[in-house]
Amino acid sequence: MNSEILFFLLSGMIVIFSILTVTSRRILRAAVYLLFVLVSTAGLYFMLNYNFLAAVQLTVYAGGIIVLIIFSILLTSHISERAQMAGKFQGLMSALAVIAGATLTLITILNFSFPGKSGIESPSDVKAIGRALVSYNENGYALPFEVVSILLLAAMIGAIIVARKENLAVKNTKK
Amino acid sequence: MAFNIYDFTTLTKSIHEGLSSQLSPTATLAIEWTIVGLAYLLFVALFGLFLVYAERKVCAAFQQRMGPMRVGPWGLLQTIADFIKLLMKELITPRDADKFLYNLAPFIVIIVSFLVISVIPFAPGLSTFDFDIGIFFVTAVSSVGVIGILLAGWSSNNKYSLIGAMRSGAQIVSYELSVGLSLITMIILAETMQISGIVEGQREMWFIFKGHIPAVIAFLVFIIAGTAETNRGPFDLAEAESELTAGFHTEYSGIKFAFFFLAEYINLFIVAAMATTVFLGGWMPLHFGDFEGFNQIMDLIPGLFWFFFKVLGVIFLMMWFKWTFPRLRVDQILNLEWKYLLPINLFNILLMAAVVLFGLHF
Repeated sequence: MNSEILFFLLSGMIVIFSILTVTSRRILRAAVYLLFVLVSTAGLYFMLNYNFLAAVQLTVYAGGIIVLIIFSILLTSHISERAQMAGKFQGLMSALAVIAGATLTLITILNFSFPGKSGIESPSDVKAIGRALVSYNENGYALPFEVVSILLLAAMIGAIIVARKENLAVKNTKK
Repeated sequence: MAFNIYDFTTLTKSIHEGLSSQLSPTATLAIEWTIVGLAYLLFVALFGLFLVYAERKVCAAFQQRMGPMRVGPWGLLQTIADFIKLLMKELITPRDADKFLYNLAPFIVIIVSFLVISVIPFAPGLSTFDFDIGIFFVTAVSSVGVIGILLAGWSSNNKYSLIGAMRSGAQIVSYELSVGLSLITMIILAETMQISGIVEGQREMWFIFKGHIPAVIAFLVFIIAGTAETNRGPFDLAEAESELTAGFHTEYSGIKFAFFFLAEYINLFIVAAMATTVFLGGWMPLHFGDFEGFNQIMDLIPGLFWFFFKVLGVIFLMMWFKWTFPRLRVDQILNLEWKYLLPINLFNILLMAAVVLFGLHF
């Protein structure tokens, strides 16, 4: 009973703030609404007792991505700026895309039989997570972990190169 | 009501049983939530006021002054008078500010502080949440706090606020890494992220002694990074009054300014409390191996006093270097983090892993 109220509260917040995110004409407000969506999603994970995933959601999305988005908005836009309303053609096309996406998602969800599982045992056990991350057998995540690490490393090197581009060019011309 | 200063579980249990014998489970839960919420509000408000007073007195002592002396004995009522003054001030919103975000920002900052404070164990049986991910929850939630500062700076529509927010954001995002990594170092030693487990693991010996060299390095890094996280001197260039008036909260007045001010002091308490819990044994008394008599005398002092004794010690340390060191420039701050603290920290994690793997700790 109590958890049902909480579920509807959280999902209501997710729906309302998602709509506000895409309809707001002030870009920073849109980012803040997105923050609320992500925090409510973390709330859902907390409700499911999956604390580890909830904390990851908070660190990566709320504390990482949103901070990054807000940073770039702070650097590039002024407080008086308003986003332009989309034209009729754009509106029609995005409506079509949204409907197609929603239909696809609904069909997938309705066709999938969710096997019920009662009593998850200690899903946030640090040792289990650590072992799963570096083991390469059936339930291991060694390969995805390494691939993501390489992707992140590449992104970091790329960012440094982009930021230092002018310096390198100056050095090359001097030679 | 059974009250025992050494163990608060009897008190909370008797309150719970008393309430649930009279009321339905939902009503019991609601009343318990209210009690806990009020307790935290009261604690934060009073401790915040005390910290402001302590800061002024400590600062005065370092500058060979008296500090506040006029209001009440030794100026004890000074901060209360200041607080009443803040409450009665007019709330001003700049004309071109983004009103929604401008009013939201202080709440984000203070809510985050309250969430983090809720996992700290004050004494045996005196903590609200005891997650299996304890420490991770602290770092996860506190990473959201910077958003409040960034929003405050941007929505004020003031260049000083914006510069202050940018500086503060860059600083907090960088130093979060060091805070997280130094805590991870200690998680390796503790082998659990649950805060009650971490405190329990220090019954025989505090982690800063148990993990010797890597633990001491992690403690130093944590204190430096924690000071930077709370925007305190020598890392207070986000609100450097001589160049930016007051940084991101320049445009805030009255109670909204008080929120930022209070959040800053709660964060000071949180950093000190985390240092206490992870490195200095939380509410555990000081024990030395086989000295039975000494250990028993130490056990006579209740955990609550141990906790606050250590927290106030760490807070005094942080105030000490706020009033001793000059303020750093923004590039110096970022250099310190990325070129010194981060490599030291990564090496330290390896060292700690080796120490734990080969059983080289006490």
